[in-house]
Amino acid sequence: MSKTLVEKIWNAHVVKSEAGFPDILYIDTHFIHEVTSPQAFDGLRKRGLPVFRPKQTIATADHNVPTLNQHLPIKEELSRYQVDMLTKNCAEFGVELYGLGHPFQGIVHVIGPELGITQPGATIVCGDSHTSTHGAFGSIAFGIGTSQVEQVMATQCLLQQKPKTMKIEVNGETGIGVSAKDIILYIISQISAAGGTGYFIEYAGSAITSLSMEARMTICNMSIEMGARGGLIAPDETTFEYLKGKEFSPKGEEWDKAVAKWKTLYSDADAHFDKVLTFNAADIEPMITYGTNPGMGMGITQNVPATNKQAVPEQLSYQKALNYMGIADNSPLLGKPIDYVFIGSCTNSRMEDLREVANFVEGKHKADGVTVWIVPGSKQIEQQAIAEGLDKIFEAAGFQLREPGCSACLGMNEDKIPAGKYCVSTSNRNFEGRQGQNARTLLASPLTAAAAAVTGRVTDVRELLAEHV
Amino acid sequence: MKKFEKLTSAIVPLNIENIDTDQIIPARFLKATTREGFGENLFCDWRYDENRNPKPDFVLNDKTYAGKILVAGKNFGCGSSREHAAWAIQDAGFDAVVSSFFADIFKGNALNNGLLPVQVSDDFLHQLFIEVAKNHENEVEIDLEKQTITILSTGQQETFEINPYKKSCLINGYDDIDFILNQKQLVEEFEQTK
Repeated sequence: MSKTLVEKIWNAHVVKSEAGFPDILYIDTHFIHEVTSPQAFDGLRKRGLPVFRPKQTIATADHNVPTLNQHLPIKEELSRYQVDMLTKNCAEFGVELYGLGHPFQGIVHVIGPELGITQPGATIVCGDSHTSTHGAFGSIAFGIGTSQVEQVMATQCLLQQKPKTMKIEVNGETGIGVSAKDIILYIISQISAAGGTGYFIEYAGSAITSLSMEARMTICNMSIEMGARGGLIAPDETTFEYLKGKEFSPKGEEWDKAVAKWKTLYSDADAHFDKVLTFNAADIEPMITYGTNPGMGMGITQNVPATNKQAVPEQLSYQKALNYMGIADNSPLLGKPIDYVFIGSCTNSRMEDLREVANFVEGKHKADGVTVWIVPGSKQIEQQAIAEGLDKIFEAAGFQLREPGCSACLGMNEDKIPAGKYCVSTSNRNFEGRQGQNARTLLASPLTAAAAAVTGRVTDVRELLAEHV
Repeated sequence: MKKFEKLTSAIVPLNIENIDTDQIIPARFLKATTREGFGENLFCDWRYDENRNPKPDFVLNDKTYAGKILVAGKNFGCGSSREHAAWAIQDAGFDAVVSSFFADIFKGNALNNGLLPVQVSDDFLHQLFIEVAKNHENEVEIDLEKQTITILSTGQQETFEINPYKKSCLINGYDDIDFILNQKQLVEEFEQTK
């Protein structure tokens, strides 16, 4: 019988399936970080259990780490304690840790792929909702809670209901200045922050398959922002090319065998999806969010939708969101002054993002009064950026290149946006207080963020790109 | 894990949609390494001002509302996977959360901690908000065995869905780890086939 890619991978990992019970699903790779793992390790201790398959667990410190002076001890006491706890737990339970100071350290969803640990056809989990990122390689990857982190540590399995499947096709070509981030923000704005709940999404169509791996990761990363636990893209030559030669990718004969197997990973032509949505890439302009969930986004030239156009029961929440943002409905965002620009997070902190921003800002300078932080996703990316001389370009533009971590995406370290300030951010969530108490987040692509940095206002990057021509 | 059978209680209404886990427990409170104590920071930024004075218009600061059932707008618990959200709600004294729609990860986390997520229709949710507005002490009964939720003042009742396995876990206080550990041999056999 015809199967979707999700079904193929799922079925290959079912240890036991019994009517009336969730499936016991085998997990190939488990990533952990300092925030959602301590209580799980503690649980193992209380039960007197080891980590069942420690070699399939990889740890890094990312959420709490400072992005300046990482060679010094962490100043903030609770952050330091949590990171130290991870180090202690990993040593005690025999788990490999790429902690601060390690050349592989970085945001968990950036380092897995760049090290070749993330591979097609695998089941991958992490106590972090943006684990969906790894689906870009054609894997089943999803975020879990701490009780489930403990479950995977104890058994290398999870009890899971098989998800429903959705296919989202984006066809055609995107216009100038429109990136993967705009595609995914557009999709979320069309189907809402809850539109994908209960589904695993397979992205397909020419506007998706033509994307680089890094761009595909940006798409899959934000699947959770429409409620879908996972999003994936069938692996192809782009995927294999990316993985070839990576630190932990298979080598030699093993590589050939792996690629042969990965080539079987696609949805059959007549496979049944529970839901299919189709979008046209040409309809997408650079996107920006105006509200307090990622579904509240629009094309950058649009006006903020009217409150009275929302369904009646939703109007109260809608107005609450706009009040928080200090944004009026029916008004444009173009030209609105901004205070901060954050280029980073597991959504947009990879080499291509940094190169694109550097290419755009070379010879330009940030506007007065705007603070610009560039936080690379990993130590390797930071080093590569310096090797390519991007640090010099950023410095000349007044953009501050910092050290890797989650940083101002969620402000668990010192990188917080002050109350009331507007931040154009390449991260994934514009929730109230996400980037700092009472901070106001406008989600956008790296290019749109860089354009705002240069003008000090919400800007249609296409106008600045046109100047080049 | 905490057992759940039947609960009769007044409700605490939070008529806001898309409440994400960053609102339930902001990231700056996730630095604790134990499961306890998150309740005091539940909905912190809605509940307290910058000087940590309670905001009088927020429902958790209104003493006329009390109860073990939190009732909230649709798409409750979206965003981050932090289980700390479920721990915080439970630590603040709630045993059940009612909404017309739950985000997946939150729902799983709640069930794994014995905090019952009860999904009702939009109409029933609306009715709950109306009844509690009439009288803050109006009680609701949640019967897990029968899978029913009832507004006692009006007798309105709905049934709710729950996975039968999860239901038995809640009633008996079992958790998933016990379940899989009992089948560890199967897991090892599966590994041999890979």
